[in-house]
Amino acid sequence: MAANPQDDLINVEVDGQAVKARKGAMIIHVTDQHGAYVPRFCYHDKLPVAANCRMCLVEVEKAPKPLPACATPVAEGMKIFTKSKAAIGAQKATMEFLLINHPLDCPICDQGGECELQDLALGFGRDIARFNERKRVVKDKNLGPLVSTDMTRCIHCTRCVRFGQDVAGIPELGTTGRGENMEIGTWIERSVDHELSGNIIDLCPVGALNSKPFRFQGRSWEMTQAPLVAPHDGFGSNLFGHVLRGTLKRVVPRPNESINETWIADRDRFSYEGLHAEDRLLKPMLRVEGQWREASWEEALQAAARGLKAAGENLGTLVHPSCTVEEAHLAARVTRSLGSANIDHRLRVRDFRDASADPLHPTLGLPIGEVDALTGVLVVGGNLRAEMPLLAHRLRKAVVRGKARVAFIEAEPAPYHFRVASRVGAAPAAWVHELAAIVKAAAELAGSSPGPLFADLLHGVVVSDAHRSAAAALCHGTQRIVWLGAMALRHPSSVDLRALGAELARVSGARLGLLAEGGNAAGLWLAGCVPHREAGGRAATAIGHSVQAMLEHPQRAYLLVGAMEPEADFADATLAERALNQAACVVALTPFASESIKRVAHVLLPMAAFAETSGSYINLAGMMQSQTAATAAPGEARPGWKILRVLANVLGLEGFAQQSSEDVRAELQQLIDAAAGAGAPEALVSTHVPAMAAVSASADLDLGTLDVPMYSIDAVLRRSPALQQTSIAERSRTAGGQG
Amino acid sequence: MSSSATEGVPTSDGQRFIPGDGPNVHLLSEHTRHEIDGWISRFPAGRQRSATLSALRFAQEQNQGFLTGPIMDAVAEYLRLPSIQVYEVATFYSMFETHECGRHHVSVCTNISCWLNGAEDILAHCERKLGIKVGESTPDKRIFLKKEEECLASCTGAPMMMVDHEFHEYLTPEKVDKILDGLP
Repeated sequence: MAANPQDDLINVEVDGQAVKARKGAMIIHVTDQHGAYVPRFCYHDKLPVAANCRMCLVEVEKAPKPLPACATPVAEGMKIFTKSKAAIGAQKATMEFLLINHPLDCPICDQGGECELQDLALGFGRDIARFNERKRVVKDKNLGPLVSTDMTRCIHCTRCVRFGQDVAGIPELGTTGRGENMEIGTWIERSVDHELSGNIIDLCPVGALNSKPFRFQGRSWEMTQAPLVAPHDGFGSNLFGHVLRGTLKRVVPRPNESINETWIADRDRFSYEGLHAEDRLLKPMLRVEGQWREASWEEALQAAARGLKAAGENLGTLVHPSCTVEEAHLAARVTRSLGSANIDHRLRVRDFRDASADPLHPTLGLPIGEVDALTGVLVVGGNLRAEMPLLAHRLRKAVVRGKARVAFIEAEPAPYHFRVASRVGAAPAAWVHELAAIVKAAAELAGSSPGPLFADLLHGVVVSDAHRSAAAALCHGTQRIVWLGAMALRHPSSVDLRALGAELARVSGARLGLLAEGGNAAGLWLAGCVPHREAGGRAATAIGHSVQAMLEHPQRAYLLVGAMEPEADFADATLAERALNQAACVVALTPFASESIKRVAHVLLPMAAFAETSGSYINLAGMMQSQTAATAAPGEARPGWKILRVLANVLGLEGFAQQSSEDVRAELQQLIDAAAGAGAPEALVSTHVPAMAAVSASADLDLGTLDVPMYSIDAVLRRSPALQQTSIAERSRTAGGQG
Repeated sequence: MSSSATEGVPTSDGQRFIPGDGPNVHLLSEHTRHEIDGWISRFPAGRQRSATLSALRFAQEQNQGFLTGPIMDAVAEYLRLPSIQVYEVATFYSMFETHECGRHHVSVCTNISCWLNGAEDILAHCERKLGIKVGESTPDKRIFLKKEEECLASCTGAPMMMVDHEFHEYLTPEKVDKILDGLP
C-alpha cells in the first residue's frame, strides 16, 4: 500500500469523460465504476481474469486492435472508447462467433429470461445468422444430483473451472480437448462434490450448468423474489427465495460482501426441497387413546394449554437452534409465565457446567469480514467445511492470500481446501489433554505463564512437537483466534475445552470463538432460551434445568418448538425418547409429522418452516437479520410466533397482544438493550479448572456420536432429496453416520 | 519403493518435493518414476505441475503407447495434482492418446510439399501394407496409423512421416516397408 493513495491515481478518459483510475486497474474495473457498461461473459469480479470470451473488447486510442477490457491495465493518458464503431463492431463480431455453435433452444432452456447470452444477444447479435453449417453438439455430463448440464450451450467462458481452482480450492471441472473439440467437464464421469458446488449454477452465464432440482420447474419472470436468511448454520448467509404461485421453487444467493459475498453453500441452496416433504404437518393433530386424529386449531390449542398448565413448574421447553428470535422469545416467555424455568435449545450439548461463565452468546469472536485477514488459527474439534462452509471459504482466502497458518485438533484428518499448518490427531476423549499441551506450548512460545488456576493442571502435561507446531501456528502474525467447533461444543467435556481455549487465547494473545451449531444459536441465547439467562442475558430469577437435566429427570410436560426429531436432534437419542415418552403431555410445534415425533407427542401444531415465516436470526458475528415470509405455509400451518402468542392467550397469560413479528422483535430488542446497560455477561470470565480425571470417564467416546453429517443436522436437510443423494451424504451413510 | 517417496525429490530451488502416494501410483514403474523425478527436479518447489507433460510422456511409453484413466490418475497422485489437471494436458496435446491403440505411432504428412512429392501414394501404401485405415491400429497392437499430419516442417525431405518421435524423409514404398518392418 502506498502511503498516499493519490500517488496511485492516473488520468484516463472513458468515452470522452476524464476520470481518475487506480494504477494497474483493468479497464473493465474503471468503466464499471463510471457507468460505461462493457458486455462480458468470462469476466467475474470474484474470479481470476481469463480473457477468453473476447466479449469485452473496447477501442483504445493508438492501439492497433480492440483490446479486452478485462485484461488490459489502464495507463496514464489512455483514451478508452466503449461505444465507438470499432468497439461495438468488435463486440458484435465476437457475439456472432459465440452464437455460431450455441443452440437456439432458449424456449426449452431453464436459463431463458435470466441468461447473459440471451440478454447480450439482444443488444449485440445479428438478426440473421450467416453460418449455415452444422452446429457442434456436445454430450451432457452427469455432475451429480445438484447441477444439471446441457453442454452444447457452453460458450467456454471457464468461470466454473476457475471457480473450482480459485474459490472452491479443489478443481473438479476442467477443459479437455482442444479447438473445436474442447469441452468442459470432469472427463472421467464423476460428480462435482464440493460443498459450494452449486455456485457454478449462478456463475454460468448461459444455460449449460443449471439447478437439477429446479429443472423445468418454472420461468424466472413468473417468480417473485423474497430476501431470506440461511437457517442451517450461524454464518447468516443472505438468500433470495424464488416463489412460483405460492411455492418456494428455488434459492439463490443474495450478495452481501460483509457475510457471504456472492456465494452460498449447497446446503442453503437446496434445503428448500425439504419444505415440500411428504410428511409436512398440514393440520393440528391430537393423539387420543393412542390414535392420531386431525383436530381444529381451537381444539388442539385447548388440549395443549391443558397439558402445559397442568405441568406448571414441571414443564420443559425445548427450542430448536434454528428457530427465529421471535419464536424463541415467546417460547421463553410462555414457559416462564407458566412458572417453569426449564428452557433450553442446546439439544446436542452434553456439558452444562460453569454456566456462570457462559458468554452473552456464542460468537465467532470477530466480524466475518476480518476472517480473511486472520494470520493464526487453532480449530478445536471442528470440521469447518462441514459445519460452516463459507467460514471455511473465508479462512481459505486468509491462507491462500495472507499466508495464514491454521492448526486443528481433530479425531480424523478432514480434507481441507487449503494448506493445514499443523494437525494434532487425537480421539475426542483426549482433546482436553491435547489442548492443555498446546496451552503449555503456547505459554512457552509466547513467554507468558499460564494462570495460577492452571498451573497444577499443566504441570504434568507432556508437550510434543505436534503441540509446539500447533501453538506456533496460533502464534503466527497479529490476527489470531482459537475456535471451538461444533464437535468440541458437543463434547462431554466441552466446558473444560472452553476454559482451556480461553486460557490459550489469554496466554497467546489470541481471541476465542465458539462456533455453536444452529442457524440462530446466538439469537436463542439473547432471547433467553437457556435455563439460567433471560432475554438479553440477564441472570434468570429462577434457574431451571438444562436440556440434559430435563431429559434425565423427566418432566410432566414438554413443549417442543421447531422441527425436532428425538432420534436425530439430541445428544442422546435414547434418553430423549425415553423422557418424552414418560411425559403426560408433549406439545410439538413442528413443520413435520415424522413417525418419531408421533411416537412421543400428544398434540402436534403445524408450524411454518424457515422460508414461510417472518422473523429474525442473529448470526455468530452478532448481526441481526430479519426476513419476511417468502411464501405462506402449507395447509393450516401457521408461523411459530403466532401459534405461541395464541397459545399464551388460550393459557390466559398476560402481555401477549403482539400483532406482528415486528412487535415481538421490538419487545425483545427493548429487553436486550435494557440488559446491556445492566451488566449482562460480556465475555468469558471463567474460574473453572478442567478436571483431567473427569475426562477419562468419557474415554469410550467415539467420533460418531459427536460428528453429525453436514446434510443431517436438521429436519429440513434430512428431507431434501437432492442433498441426500450427494456423495457427501452417501459417504456419511456408509461411514455409519446418522444418515 | 523408491527413495524419492520417503526422502523427496530435490527441486530446482534447493527444496524437496515428496511425491504423493495414492492408490494408483503403483501403476507407474520404477523407471517411469525415476524419469518423472528428473523432471520434478527441474522446477522450483510447488511448481511440480510443470512436470505433467513429461510425466505423461513416460507414462504413455510405459503403457505401450496410450494413456488410461488409472495411469493418468497415477501421474496426478504422484505429482499431487487434481486428476482433472492431468486429463486436461493429456487431451489437449496430440502426442497423447487416451484410447487404446498400437504402441508405435505413425503419422504420414500429406501437406503440400509432401503431397506434391507423392505422400498420398505413401499413405495408401501404408494402409495397404498394414491392412488398416488412418486412425486405426494393427490387430497385434504393434502399429497405430495415427493421422495425416499437416506439415512437420520437414518440407526439404518430402515426402516424410513421423514414427514415434523420429522423422523419416525422402520416403519410397521400399523405405516405408523397411521402417515399418523394423518396428519391434
